[in-house]
Amino acid sequence: MTQTSSATRQDGASPHTSAIGRFLRATEIDTRLLGMIGALALIWIGFHLYGATFKGFGAFLTPRNLWNLSVQTASIGIMATGMVLVIITRHIDLSVGSMLGVCAVVMGVVQVQVLPGLIGFGNPAIWIIAAIIGMAVGTMIGAFHGFIIAYGKVPAFIVTLGGLLVWRGVAYLITRGETIAPLDETFKLLGGGPYGAIGETGSWIVGLLGCAGVLWLLWNGRKRRRSYEFPLRPLWAEGVLGTIGCVLIIGAVLVVNAYPWPKGIVRQYAKANNIEVPDGGLFISHGFAIPVLILVAVGIAMTVLLNRTRFGRYVLAIGGNPDAAELAGINTRLMTVKIFALMGLLTGLSSVVASARLGSATNSLGTLDELYVIAAAVIGGTSLAGGVGTIYGAILGAFVMQSLQTGMVLIGFDSAMQQIVVGSVLVFAVFIDTIYRRNLK
Amino acid sequence: MSETSMTMTKSAPVDRTGTPLVELRDISIAFGGIKAVDHVSLDLYPGEVVGLLGHNGAGKSTLIKCLSGAYQMDAGEIFINGEKAEIRNPRDARDYNIETIYQTLALADNLDAASNLFLGREITGPGGFVDDARMEAETRKIMGRLNPNFRKFKDPVMALSGGQRQSVAIARAVYFNARILIMDEPTAALGPHETQMVAELIEELKAQGLGIFLIEHDIHNVMRLCDRASVMKNGQLVGTVNVDDVTDEDILGMIILGKRPGE
Repeated sequence: MTQTSSATRQDGASPHTSAIGRFLRATEIDTRLLGMIGALALIWIGFHLYGATFKGFGAFLTPRNLWNLSVQTASIGIMATGMVLVIITRHIDLSVGSMLGVCAVVMGVVQVQVLPGLIGFGNPAIWIIAAIIGMAVGTMIGAFHGFIIAYGKVPAFIVTLGGLLVWRGVAYLITRGETIAPLDETFKLLGGGPYGAIGETGSWIVGLLGCAGVLWLLWNGRKRRRSYEFPLRPLWAEGVLGTIGCVLIIGAVLVVNAYPWPKGIVRQYAKANNIEVPDGGLFISHGFAIPVLILVAVGIAMTVLLNRTRFGRYVLAIGGNPDAAELAGINTRLMTVKIFALMGLLTGLSSVVASARLGSATNSLGTLDELYVIAAAVIGGTSLAGGVGTIYGAILGAFVMQSLQTGMVLIGFDSAMQQIVVGSVLVFAVFIDTIYRRNLK
Repeated sequence: MSETSMTMTKSAPVDRTGTPLVELRDISIAFGGIKAVDHVSLDLYPGEVVGLLGHNGAGKSTLIKCLSGAYQMDAGEIFINGEKAEIRNPRDARDYNIETIYQTLALADNLDAASNLFLGREITGPGGFVDDARMEAETRKIMGRLNPNFRKFKDPVMALSGGQRQSVAIARAVYFNARILIMDEPTAALGPHETQMVAELIEELKAQGLGIFLIEHDIHNVMRLCDRASVMKNGQLVGTVNVDDVTDEDILGMIILGKRPGE
């Protein structure tokens, strides 16, 4: 009896697993991507259930928390996309946190102390000038690092370890330790908050555009494959992919639209616009926060850069075999400079988001960010041996890191415990990744 | 006996009356006081295969890397079609239609065949984006000619066998209409069937008028594939001989003793 049942189970199991295998092959979904989404879901549900069981309230899977989570992820996520390129080419950048600090205080000084005197306080151009200067500073610092690494042949680890100290010191010298505030009102919108979000209608527009984009990608890919007579994905697989993509996007829109403005902000807004607040209160949705949209835009741009441009192809080739890349006529040194400059640019952008969110600039902004950024990239499947990494993985990795952090705060872990957990998770994730890769071969 | 039958199949003798395709004049390169290549001169005519022989460390690969742009020579001149050529890096070499198949194959293991084939010379479509579909189609075309059994177009080349990797490296050199081809031990990692494939390819390219430098350890292959053989020892050129005029033993003598036949 037992034997028959186990035999039937085995018989039943093999077509079952092959069905999953067939499904994955047909849809061409990366198993690693599935693993990461699974881990993320586990973290979310785990924290929620823990809260529901032991604290009487599951605070994790609420629109409010998920919205905040998305905003908190933006800064690390933006930098992680650049770190992917750095790590793919077998380098590392330990200085991003300090660079972020320098960019923030420079932007702070520019918009609080310099520009108001030049073009007048509250001038609508202040935010963009400050942001551009911040990103330019980041780009120059990054390029400078890249130059020393590529032409001076000093290992990236050392150059950026030095940078970690140097730029934090520079940030302190610029501010003398003072907090620079208040930042420009328009600038602050880039950090999120009730006013720094695009609202219900805007979110629907973005969501529908996103869905259209997903469907267009699938359709266009199919058309291209057909024109070269390559094997096509079965139609049902295309359908499944399209549906999953659209459901995720619409789901995100529903979540961010379900998070209303706080009562105080609503009252303020109603007063300013002469709107009568009804008795039940006014429900004004946040919608997607601007920093999240910046992260999405950066993610798309960086994915295109890595997968669809020569630059990206050379990044991968250098990571796979630097000598081969050199022999193929790629100027690997100049590439290194460009990659670090790009890392600097993204750090500058991230600095805009981080300081705008804080509403002020301090020389300690971004402390320890380098570790979170590197962890996000590595958890996202970027191999420290080089040559392998994805942008979406890094962004998911940033979400995983931030979810852990947020979740532990919600259930009341103290910061010592948080550090222990985050550090352990990083090592564990890379250990799992190593096993995964070994089995792949 | 088999030797004669091999030489019998060889194409017509090479015409060496015109301008050489490549002339290496008095090339020297030293690494930290060790003269890796010491005043070596070589030439190569269209439709000719010149074998480069010698022990490991004799300077063959180093010499040839001066031509492919991987190294920069300390002294000497390179002439392509009678005109002085400045080759400072691999990009320069490519501009002179010099293609190299390195012993290490120089493939990026994490990329697929098409990405490797077009590395540094990607086909781009509208907007300057790389056109992967078209590159894969082109790769399928040339692989259909070189290695019809090749199927793994989607896999990174680290998943390929030695022979398959070799055919990717060869396809890369052949696809871009090389006029001068440098092959560094192209058959070292191959089985007999694949070695035969490479031999046939060399014959075909030769017939198309390419000049080929072939670095080779296997005397048998040299006798079979090359028109001339140049032997190096301790960075110096022992001599260049017509393969038809000498025996295996003569060449072995040059390699081991560093003496020309008759010396």
